[in-house]
Amino acid sequence: MSLGAPAADDLQPASFAFTPENRARVETILQRYPADRQDSAVLPLLDLAQRQHDNWLPRAAMDHVAEILDMPKIRVYEVASFYTMLNKAPVAKHFVQICRTTPCWLCGSDEVERAVRETTGAAPGETVGDFTVVEVECLGACVNAPMVQINDDYYEDLDYHRTVQVLEALKRGETPAIGSQTGRHGSEPAGGATTLTKLRPAGTAG
Amino acid sequence: MLKDDDRIFTNLYGWQGADLAASRARGIWDDTKALIALGREKIVEEVKTSGLRGRGGAGFPTGMKWSFMPKESRDGRPSYLVINADESEPGTCKDRDILRYEPHMLLEGALLAGVGMGASACYIYIRGEFYNEGSAVDRAIAEAYEAGLLGRNACGSGYDYDIYLHRGAGAYICGEETALLESLEGKKGQPRNKPPFPAQAGLYGCPTTVNNVETIAVVPDILRRGGAWFAGIGRARNSGTKVFCISGHVAQPCNVEEAMSIPLKELIERHAGGVRGGWDNLLGIIPGGSSVPVIPKDICDTVLMDFDSLKEVQTGLGTAAVIVMDKSTDIVEAIIRLSHFYMHESCGQCTPCREGTGWMWRVLRRMAKGRASIEEIDTLYQVTKQIEGHTICALGDAAAWPVQGLIRHFRPELERRILDYRRQAA
Repeated sequence: MSLGAPAADDLQPASFAFTPENRARVETILQRYPADRQDSAVLPLLDLAQRQHDNWLPRAAMDHVAEILDMPKIRVYEVASFYTMLNKAPVAKHFVQICRTTPCWLCGSDEVERAVRETTGAAPGETVGDFTVVEVECLGACVNAPMVQINDDYYEDLDYHRTVQVLEALKRGETPAIGSQTGRHGSEPAGGATTLTKLRPAGTAG
Repeated sequence: MLKDDDRIFTNLYGWQGADLAASRARGIWDDTKALIALGREKIVEEVKTSGLRGRGGAGFPTGMKWSFMPKESRDGRPSYLVINADESEPGTCKDRDILRYEPHMLLEGALLAGVGMGASACYIYIRGEFYNEGSAVDRAIAEAYEAGLLGRNACGSGYDYDIYLHRGAGAYICGEETALLESLEGKKGQPRNKPPFPAQAGLYGCPTTVNNVETIAVVPDILRRGGAWFAGIGRARNSGTKVFCISGHVAQPCNVEEAMSIPLKELIERHAGGVRGGWDNLLGIIPGGSSVPVIPKDICDTVLMDFDSLKEVQTGLGTAAVIVMDKSTDIVEAIIRLSHFYMHESCGQCTPCREGTGWMWRVLRRMAKGRASIEEIDTLYQVTKQIEGHTICALGDAAAWPVQGLIRHFRPELERRILDYRRQAA
C-alpha cells in the first residue's frame, strides 16, 4: 500500500486546526529554531497534526501548517510526501509496521508477517478492522530481531507465537508490554551478559 | 578482552536509570566545568591524541574535523554542532542504546564538543521511529536545563550552550550529513553538493559539524581519562572502544562494547554465543552494516574488526554492525533485500542512484531464479561500478557495494542458479 498517495477527496476533512493544547505545543516547538528559520518546524508540526488527526495527515492539516509557518503549500506537500512516517491516508487504530530488512529476515520476519496476516486478516498494505499492516525497512533494533513497530512502540525478539500474543492482547484492548517479548531487558545477550556483570542489579534479566 | 573498567558505556543494557541522579552516580556531569575550562584548543588536542575516528561509518578523524571549524565568527554567525542520531543503517542499533540508556552522557559530550568547536548550540537529529528513545533524550535535556548544566552559563562555566532535539520522519537518507541539514531546515532530505563543506556553510549557512551519537558520547571519557588512554586500546590509527551490534545467525545476538581491532571470530564467539551450529556452519558476514560488502568464512577466520583490517579485505568497519549468515542462508535473497532497501531509500536526486538501485534489484530478482545469462553477471557488476562514485552522496556507493560483494565472493552460486534454470528449461 502506498500511504504516500493522498487520500481521496471524500475522505478529506473540510478544515483542520490545532487544538488549544497543541497550539501551545506549536509555540514551544517554534522556539527551538531561529526566528528567521521557522521552516525547520515543518516536520515537528506535521507530526503533531498527524497525532491530533488519528495518525494521518489530511490536506487541510498540511495547509494549516503552511499557514502557521508562512510557507508555500506546495513546499509542505513536498515535505509530507518525502517522509514515510507521515501518513497521507487514513490508518487504523493499530498501525503495524513489520521490519523486512535483512537482519530481521534472517531471524524470521517471514514468520512474523504470517502471524500478522493470520491474526489481523490484513496482508501488508491492507487495513482490516482495527489493524493497518505495512512492511517497512530497517527500524534499527537488529539485535532484537525480528520486530515490529505498532504506533510508537517496538515489539522485539518475536516469533510466530509471540507475534500472535501481542496482537491478540491488542485485540482484547490490553496494553502488551513493549520491547523484548522474551524477557530480555535491552540488547544484552539472551543467555546472560558477558560484560558489565558486576553492574547488573540483582534480579535483572540478562 | 576489554576490561569492564575500560568500558565507557556502563549502562549499555539499561540496568540502571537514565535519569540525572543515576547518570551522576556513573560519573557523568562530574565537574564538567573543569573540562570546559580546558578550553577549545586543549579539548581538540586531547581528542586528536585519542585517535578517535567517527563512529557513524566514514571513520574520519574527529579532532581534525573539529579543527576545520572557524576560530572566529565571521559576521556574527553562530556555529552549530549537529548530532546524527538518524541511526538507520541495517544491522545497526547501537546509538539507540546510548539515546535511551545514556542520554546524559550524550548531552555532556555535546556540550564539551561544542566548546571544542566553538559552537553555541546543538541539534540532535533523531530518527522519527525512535519515539521512546527521543522521549528519553527530551527528559534528559529538561533535567539538564533544570540543573543548570545547559543553557546560559552552562555548568557555571560562563559558556552559553543550548541543545535541542529534532525528530525526523522516516528517511534513511537523512543520515547523510547534508541531507540531514536539509531536513533540519524543513526541506526534503536531499544531499547537497560539496563543497562547500558543512564546516564552512552547514545548518542555515552557518559553520556546522555533524557527528554521530557514539562519537560525541565518548568525548567526556576521553577528556577525563586522557586521549592516551583511549589511544592505547586497539591498533594504531584504529584506537578506542567500540559498540558492536551482532545480529543474524548467532546463538545470542547482542550489542557489546569491545576494544577496536578485536578479531571478528573472537567477538562473535565470546559475546554472541558463536555462530548458530558452530563456526564451521558460517557462510559469510556483513561486518559493518548493510552498506559494506559481505565477506566469506575464510576471511572471517582471521580478520580484525577495525577500519584498516577490514579495508584490506575490500569491505569496511562502517557502523560496526555485524550481520552473520550461516550456511542455511539464501545469500542472494539476503542481498536482494538490501537492494530493495536502497531502492526504497534513494532520495531520487541523482539518476545513477534513482534508476540504478531499482535496476539492480530487478536484475538480481531475476538472477535469483536463474532467469539470466552468465554474461549478465558481468553487466551487473559493471553497472554497480557506474553507480559507485557517480552520485552526490554515498548512497549510490552503499547500494553498489553489497551487490559487488555478492558477485566477488558468491559468483558460483549465481552461476549455479542460471545453469540449473537452463537445464530445467531444456
